[in-house]
Amino acid sequence: MAERGTFRVKKGMAEMQKGGVIMDVTTPEQAKIAEAAGAVAVMALERVPADIRAVGGVARMADPEIILSIMEAVTIPVMAKCRIGHFAEAQVLEALAVDYIDESEVLTPADEKYHINKHQFTVPFVCGARDLGEALRRIGEGAAMIRTKGEPGTGNVVEAVRHLRVVREQIRAVVNAPEEELMHLSKELGAPYNLVLEVRKLGRLPVVNFAAGGIATPADAALMMQLGADGVFVGSGIFKAADPFKRAKAIVEATLHYDNPEIVARVSRGLGEAMPGLDMAELGAADRMQLRGV
Amino acid sequence: MSTEQIRDGQSGGEGPLPDGSPPPRDYSSLTIGVLALQGAVSEHLQCVARCGARALAVRRSGLLQEVDGLIIPGGESTTIGRLSSLYGYAEEIKELAAAGKPVLGTCAGAIMLAKKVAGQEPLIPLMEMEIVRNAFGRQRESFETELEIPVLGTEPFCGVFIRAPLITAVGKGVEILASYGPGIVFAREKNLLAVAFHPELTEDLRLHRYFLELALERQNAGRRPAE
Repeated sequence: MAERGTFRVKKGMAEMQKGGVIMDVTTPEQAKIAEAAGAVAVMALERVPADIRAVGGVARMADPEIILSIMEAVTIPVMAKCRIGHFAEAQVLEALAVDYIDESEVLTPADEKYHINKHQFTVPFVCGARDLGEALRRIGEGAAMIRTKGEPGTGNVVEAVRHLRVVREQIRAVVNAPEEELMHLSKELGAPYNLVLEVRKLGRLPVVNFAAGGIATPADAALMMQLGADGVFVGSGIFKAADPFKRAKAIVEATLHYDNPEIVARVSRGLGEAMPGLDMAELGAADRMQLRGV
Repeated sequence: MSTEQIRDGQSGGEGPLPDGSPPPRDYSSLTIGVLALQGAVSEHLQCVARCGARALAVRRSGLLQEVDGLIIPGGESTTIGRLSSLYGYAEEIKELAAAGKPVLGTCAGAIMLAKKVAGQEPLIPLMEMEIVRNAFGRQRESFETELEIPVLGTEPFCGVFIRAPLITAVGKGVEILASYGPGIVFAREKNLLAVAFHPELTEDLRLHRYFLELALERQNAGRRPAE
């Protein structure tokens, strides 16, 4: 009697990714480079976030043709993104048998109010969050992995740092609060009460938490790991850089040896130009992907 | 405090319990390393600690001399393989195994120990067995199920299979401890254990205890000549 798609199986899949780097790729060739560099998974996309910003318009789920060609190219897990609330795109991704679905603010949201009911799927979901309430709402909807959002496609780590710090600060508040304050705290956070209780018991999120959105260098990855991330997503940071393979490999090493500055220093040498970065002041509210689907 | 913890605190007698399961025993003399390259490292560390042994995350070369046994956790086998060869762990793990210290490989860890891996080069070829990666398909096909594992007692063991491998053939010296469907999911060759599923994702400590028993036997055997 084998049972598929249990929460333990979905969440367990993310546990196996811990300490690793998940890389955005748009072609089978890029996927092979990512795999050779030591990525634990790839995110199959039509465009990396930096290009989505540049192109504008409506960003949708990638062409299944691209996703399938990437799935054929590598043996590591393949993730793919669907629009927030677009459960039909998610159904398509499940039918394609991608290993993880990212209900992502990088794409143009399909529903401005409701996220997908992720409990109904056998394939696990990862969702973005800027704070603990957002993270626990997504977990309440069935997300088996959380990535703090950051600001995708900027090559600027500042928002990634902000969001991870906020989540951890709020976890500390939950852990330290006396029991009678938890219901109020849960209301303030906009988080399901039962999950607030679970966070208090565990002293951490009940699922794996990767950092994302603006990580561009090995030191960025080491920073996020030292701040408590379980692993990192690198979107535009690799294939928008001068030497993608070298940079990808360096970020993998830095993520693994995040607490060993000598190794981070060694792998950071001579990587060539990083992706061009964006200052947050240059982004208006409409350009901030993190504000989508909260 | 859970019953599990209370039981773990006790020092057991000799031999397995009446149902055949490994006894809860005092494992505080043991230091168990968990290869902390990537994957389910913290879960294994917690299991070892809950059994009462000292758990050590091994992320630097050289620490392997200090341990009485090693766990190679699940993660992405491609990634782990690349990293360990890079940092020279492979040789150290071979030495540790040759010294008779037990090594437990779960999922990707089991793949690392196999002498034959379908479609790729072996990583730390130690066990006479052939293993197939992602034998059940993609994540959608991942599952949990109850397994019969006689060496762990009569109570079924919850096997959590995540993009799991399957052992398809074993050599003469390899004991089959559990099977599922068409293949082998738990095998032992002397001091080496290969497990296709994830005992560290359940609350059941019996498999870890079975491993710790091997470490304890090895430790006691090592001490005898000095006495």
